[in-house]
Amino acid sequence: MFDALGALIAFRLLHLEPASGLGAAVHFFVMDVAKIFVLLVIVIYVMGLLRAMLSPERVREFVRGRPDWQARGMAVTLGAVTPFCSCSSVPLFIGFVEAGIPLGVTFSFLIASPMINEVAVVILIGVLGWKLTTLYVLAGLAVAWFGGIVMQRFRPERWVEDYVWKIRLGEANRVEPDRSLRGRHRQALAEVREILRRLWLWVLIGIGVGALFHGFVPEDWVSRYLGGEAWYTVPAAVLLGIPLYSNATGVIPVAEAMLTKGVAVGTTLALMMSVAALSLPEMLILRKVIRWPALALFAGVLAVAFMLVGWGFNLIA
Amino acid sequence: MKTFKVLGGGCRNCEVTARAIEQAAREAGVEIRLEKVTDMAEILGHGVMSTPGVVLDGQVIHSGGVPAPDQVRAWMQG
Repeated sequence: MFDALGALIAFRLLHLEPASGLGAAVHFFVMDVAKIFVLLVIVIYVMGLLRAMLSPERVREFVRGRPDWQARGMAVTLGAVTPFCSCSSVPLFIGFVEAGIPLGVTFSFLIASPMINEVAVVILIGVLGWKLTTLYVLAGLAVAWFGGIVMQRFRPERWVEDYVWKIRLGEANRVEPDRSLRGRHRQALAEVREILRRLWLWVLIGIGVGALFHGFVPEDWVSRYLGGEAWYTVPAAVLLGIPLYSNATGVIPVAEAMLTKGVAVGTTLALMMSVAALSLPEMLILRKVIRWPALALFAGVLAVAFMLVGWGFNLIA
Repeated sequence: MKTFKVLGGGCRNCEVTARAIEQAAREAGVEIRLEKVTDMAEILGHGVMSTPGVVLDGQVIHSGGVPAPDQVRAWMQG
């Protein structure tokens, strides 16, 4: 359906050649804009209606006081289903520390949360299919799990800013949200508006980049340099992802274009994860609570983990 | 006179929230005092971990995102 819409606009209305680079790019762009935004509205609305989203305050109550492996398992899963604005990562970090949750577990949460969320998962299934979605989610969970454990090994407590330990969390007397069907519907609509407002630009940029890649990057060039034989494409993809920052959803159309052109699966996954979870702005925000050595370590652990994921999948693919 | 506090580390969503409250107050003709709280100790002191949060006369009435317009309007009543 979306394919047909793309074809209608690109080839019938604009009279572009299907075989030309521009024609292919426009077709890709129209198709993905329609598909992704329709999926986005549906999934955000349904999620809002079900109130499946958990607030970080509730996550904290779930995780605190559990044995390490249980706490980590919950932090990773809850991180995957809890969306939070990256500007919340500082209060969230402090709140976790204050609850006595081990730092390694907190890092597991911070890794899982931007990389995996239900919106990105539904779009991934719609655009790239079940198989790749499963690979991405499993790899992401594994990175969050082991990344947190490795961080813990380095005793990151010594790099936490002193004031963080002194903060005490107050009791929140939260107002119960309106639970009637009308209230939920209103809340769901508000959520669609807010999340779309936050995402639309990232998604458009992602689709634009994907469209350009799809239309203008020659296939034989891709298979020669990005086909997976050359070991250095994976670290290159990870490095490329660090300055590039986007939302997990925005990077999906780029991955789509890369995969259809024959870029290796592992290389693509490494880039996706690096763009979504490893970003300079995010790191600078965390600088408010942890000092540079911990940040460098965090970036290093993630970079190594993404490379292992990339090489691993390129090897078995 | 209602006293509002917007809790948040100065991100865009916090700005949007503060402006929404100011505008709703103007439209309702309600006199308010609005304070933007960026100090982490105070934000967490209110028990809020996900910003932006909103405090009305000492009570946390919202947290974890930009509030919906009709929600903000409701705060001006009573």
